[in-house]
Amino acid sequence: MSTPSFSFAPIELPESASRLRTEVREFLAAEQKAGNFTPGAAGWSRVDPEFSRHLGARGWLGMTWPKKYGGHERTALERYVVIEELLVAGAPMRGHWAADRQLGPLLLEFGSEEQRQRYLPEIAAGRCLVAIGLSEPDSGSDLAAIRTKATKVDGGWRVEGRKIWTSLAHRAQVTSLFVRTEPKGENRHAGVSRFLVDMSSPGITVRPIINMTGEHDFNEVIFDDLFVPDDMVVGAVGGAWSQMGKDLAYERSAPDRWLACHDLLLQTIDRVGPKPDIAQSEALGRLVAHLWTLQNMSLSIAGMLEAGANPNVEASIVKDLGTRYDQEIPQIARTLVPEHMRGDPAHQRFEESLRHNLLFAPAVTIRGGTTEILRNTIARALGLR
Amino acid sequence: MSTMREILVDSAARLFGDLCTNEVHARAEKGARQSELWEQLDASGLPQATVSEARGGAGADPGDALAVIREMGAACLPAPLAETMLAELLLAAAGLPPRSGPLTVGPVLKGEKLSLARRGKEWEISGTLHRVPWARHAHALVVVTQVDGEWATAVVERPAITEPGMNYANEPRDNVQFKALRLPQDAVAVGGGCLTAARLIALGALFRSVAMAGAMKSVFNMTLRYAQEREQFGRTIGKFQSIQHQIAILASQLSAASAAADTVIAAAANGEASFEIAAAKTRIGEAAGIAAGIAHQVHAAMGFTYEHPLHRSTRRLWSWRDEFGSEAEWSAWIGGVVAQLGAKGLWPFLTSAQKTIPA
Repeated sequence: MSTPSFSFAPIELPESASRLRTEVREFLAAEQKAGNFTPGAAGWSRVDPEFSRHLGARGWLGMTWPKKYGGHERTALERYVVIEELLVAGAPMRGHWAADRQLGPLLLEFGSEEQRQRYLPEIAAGRCLVAIGLSEPDSGSDLAAIRTKATKVDGGWRVEGRKIWTSLAHRAQVTSLFVRTEPKGENRHAGVSRFLVDMSSPGITVRPIINMTGEHDFNEVIFDDLFVPDDMVVGAVGGAWSQMGKDLAYERSAPDRWLACHDLLLQTIDRVGPKPDIAQSEALGRLVAHLWTLQNMSLSIAGMLEAGANPNVEASIVKDLGTRYDQEIPQIARTLVPEHMRGDPAHQRFEESLRHNLLFAPAVTIRGGTTEILRNTIARALGLR
Repeated sequence: MSTMREILVDSAARLFGDLCTNEVHARAEKGARQSELWEQLDASGLPQATVSEARGGAGADPGDALAVIREMGAACLPAPLAETMLAELLLAAAGLPPRSGPLTVGPVLKGEKLSLARRGKEWEISGTLHRVPWARHAHALVVVTQVDGEWATAVVERPAITEPGMNYANEPRDNVQFKALRLPQDAVAVGGGCLTAARLIALGALFRSVAMAGAMKSVFNMTLRYAQEREQFGRTIGKFQSIQHQIAILASQLSAASAAADTVIAAAANGEASFEIAAAKTRIGEAAGIAAGIAHQVHAAMGFTYEHPLHRSTRRLWSWRDEFGSEAEWSAWIGGVVAQLGAKGLWPFLTSAQKTIPA
């Protein structure tokens, strides 16, 4: 890993990207007018397969992929602008999120021609919901500790094991599954493979795990004698660890990392109104200064990715700063709008947002790499580990 | 960064490193005049970085001048380099001729006013300015004030100090008083492009923000090095996870400050950048406090000594985050803008290249 430069060069967006911003805003206004989506407390973090198909039809999924796989051959900066606009508007993005951001790029880089032709056009059309099967009961941050194992059989693999915290497994067509194809040896990272699992296969049980907000988002997924054919292994058998490169930078630096509680920021601005007192001005002004900084950092990383760099550490920094900013929003909203100012039905939207985001906020510094793991990554890049 | 700017920044960093000897710092801390230091700086041409070609300068773009100020912050250069550049910005806007430095500017405190009036062919200036940076060493103080509702710029030669003061880093911050002081006709410009007092404070905030980003880089470098050298319990303290995580937070705050500095430098090269300046001073000021705190905790008692150079940077961070408006003042200003924009207006505003501040 290269020593981080801490340099986040400002990006001047090309004209095409600025035009796209306007196009996305017009599209969203039309979708909202047509009743196809309503901004809500959960922001972008909602599933709406119909909306995902609309995005696919507009050419805003698989944007950077080759046309022969249903992609649109746009630049990484153009894609950045589109997803940023959609996330900020609180459009329902979860239905295609993992597919468009993680599985698609993974298949483009490591998948077989057959896998690409089978999945990429479906993802780009917004018709393929993907779950990512990583964590297990004894394997959270320590991913190499997974026990779900695959045994070689004629024509494929037999899978036994258990995944937990698998978001949307109950709605997914495909799960991108991390499995041990060789027992753990001295090199803990060896012998792990990536399988594509058709969720309609026999041998899969999905059990809901209700989260503390009362919602069903993640699941326990049990594999009991599941058969996965050879042609559903991504890349080399045993090579899954080395496939995790740039996708971490994409995952950790994207604007979703500082837009989890954006709806509450907006609701608080509206609730406080045009004549804020000094405490309200200071608190909201500070949050917006953070938002401005984070946006420029994410945009800068999009520029690095476009230029072919691998800004893994910079991305960890953005996720650490972004998720902690997100977590501050409900804590600040509750002090700016104290309890005696609540309970008025006219401001129900603010209160829904405060409730949802306050309860949801603990998740943002856990999912996709905990704060502690991110700081280990940063420290390692600095030569301290 | 353009290649030209990289060359400029490299040479500035090298020069500042050579100039900032322990002796120079020791003399500066006592508030002594440092003619030799200024002569060497002057010879480099850097104090004239904001003088345009049309005004007989090298015509550096504002981004280049700010990149130099970042290096000044990193080196803790004890000289009024930023103030001399700011003075030229005021003079140029007013159409007054450029001056050789060291120069300074005022008022630097919000709400402070001077009175300026015509007396025949001359002008008369009265009033008190507090905490004027480097005033005791300045060949001239360039002030902004109003005359009959119009903004004016005036040049006061060798301002008289009524009370010397200093910031936490012992940089001079002096009180200056004018008692019906006569100024020649050509020392004053009224109207036209003269900058306002609010604009001077915003420009000061811009220069301090960028200087803080530079100082934070030095604080980070010293802290990382110290954690890799200092041994306790049989290993370097950087091997302890608690220290690693503190340094990771410091690195993240430095990154945020660097990104904010880079962005505001680019914005200031293309326009007024009022919002960007406010956001940068707010974000970098906050990062400065966190960074300085972590740096001292990691350095422990060693960093608390006068002998260790850490305090040169941290005392500047604590000073500069307050000067030309603290995070509290600038965030409140942003909050006022956001309240006018409303939730709907916020994002279109943040993503527009030229941000029009709502009335």
